[in-house]
Amino acid sequence: MSHHKIEVRNLYFSYPDGHKAIKNMSFSIYHGESIGIIGANGAGKSTLLMLLMGVYFPDGGEVLVGDVRVTKKTLPMIRQRLGMVFQDPDDQLFMTTVYEDVAFGPRNYKLEEEDVERRVMQALEKVGIPHLKDRAPYKLSGGEKRSAAIASVLSMQPDVLIMDEPTSGLDPKSRRRVIDLLKSFEHTKIITSHDLDMVLETCKRIIVIKKGEIAADGTAVDILSNEDLLNSCGLELPLSLQKCPVCGTSKGKFGYIHEKIVVDKEAKKELRLTRE
Amino acid sequence: MSNMINSLSNMRLLDDLARKETFIHRIHPLIKLLTTVVYLTVVVSFERYEIIGLLPFIFYPILIFAFAELPVAPILKMILLIEPFIIGIGILNPLFDHSKVLFGGIAISKGWVTFLSILIKCSLTVTASILLIATTGMDRFAVALRMLKIPKIFVLQILLTYRYISVLIEEVSRMIRAYSLRAPGQKGLKWSAWGSFAGQILLRTFERAERVYQAMNLRGFTGEYYTGDIAKLSFKDLAYFAAWSLFFIIARIYNIPVLIGSLFTGVI
Repeated sequence: MSHHKIEVRNLYFSYPDGHKAIKNMSFSIYHGESIGIIGANGAGKSTLLMLLMGVYFPDGGEVLVGDVRVTKKTLPMIRQRLGMVFQDPDDQLFMTTVYEDVAFGPRNYKLEEEDVERRVMQALEKVGIPHLKDRAPYKLSGGEKRSAAIASVLSMQPDVLIMDEPTSGLDPKSRRRVIDLLKSFEHTKIITSHDLDMVLETCKRIIVIKKGEIAADGTAVDILSNEDLLNSCGLELPLSLQKCPVCGTSKGKFGYIHEKIVVDKEAKKELRLTRE
Repeated sequence: MSNMINSLSNMRLLDDLARKETFIHRIHPLIKLLTTVVYLTVVVSFERYEIIGLLPFIFYPILIFAFAELPVAPILKMILLIEPFIIGIGILNPLFDHSKVLFGGIAISKGWVTFLSILIKCSLTVTASILLIATTGMDRFAVALRMLKIPKIFVLQILLTYRYISVLIEEVSRMIRAYSLRAPGQKGLKWSAWGSFAGQILLRTFERAERVYQAMNLRGFTGEYYTGDIAKLSFKDLAYFAAWSLFFIIARIYNIPVLIGSLFTGVI
């Protein structure tokens, strides 16, 4: 399925004020991959996403989606394949009701109203909010807004999902729901975030960006457990890989190894239990 | 700031009301829009000294209130909010127009008559507009505007403004909160801060607008704005429009209260 491949070749981009945001970046993303793009604030993550989506055009190098270069001419086709969820759902939910919002994309592609309705309901069911379809976006909670924003992209049935900070500003339960949702998608996924635990759970491959350049590209397990690399890029180990804040025992690659002392009263013996 | 929160909840109230399912709500949005336009035109067309002739027009809002099962108090409160502006427009009339008119044997300054006339006209028109939104909802209202071939750029403008008023109000109230927390004992904003405040809001608005536009573009927006199918006009809709228009026009041509009055006095 080569047409789902995204390729970035020697990408350069600077803002009008002269700030060089992206410097010589190259990587490929294949069908079905889930990629986390991480980096400190201002490292260039959001700019990279904008370049992938063709909101900005590179000063040098190119972005290929399938075998098609992202240019002004190919934008309509590219954008049908790539769906992007913005960091602030308020930017994405601009219609008066959730239904209208989710229907916005399909209607722009001139689908019949029956198909639009089917797609909208499918998307809303996928994210679990069909009951909110007639609500106004500003009335939703943060988590509901996020789900609605994701649905508004899903209704376009993109091949690739691109998400900017999908868990920012959510309470723990809403965050968990979004993570479970992300895990359930079979799309090719590109996720930028500072929530490294979420990235660890949802992505298999990680690209670390530092000052507009790729600092590392590898499997999530290797990169997210490399303390030196993360520290040098303005990040730190995911919380789940740090030392246990209660008993202070060292970390394993996946989770703590707790040592728990349980006193067996009848045998008057101390049992030492370990569990991973 | 509490004022802002209040106006936010007012907007939300209109949205809630628009989702009711009554006979009035089910009338085609285009018909409701046209009926309102006819009503506004007729009410505004009365000459400046007319008061009695305007009275029958209060039936329209009363019947809409009743049939659409709308709560009277909160909507009246909204209308009262606008009342100071109306008074502002008309308050100079009694000062300028001193000629007298006899009203039931009592001499009244014509200025007061025009003032009262403006007050009634404005209240009626504002009420009718609020009722239109409260029984139609902004999105169906936009569809009706499109059906009247209003350019889509204006319709989209109205919809986006309506959608983002709440976001902007929240943004402004956050800024005011941050300001007042660091300016204790100060009432409102110091004038020296107005400039930077307005500038901030403008810049934030630009940024927000750019992001929203990007989000629209990414979902295939090309300047064309599509709404879903809307039911066709039915006989009931047309009858509704015809009945109200007929009433408005009759009430415009014949002074109904005077007619009724002379009927009684004639009988007696």
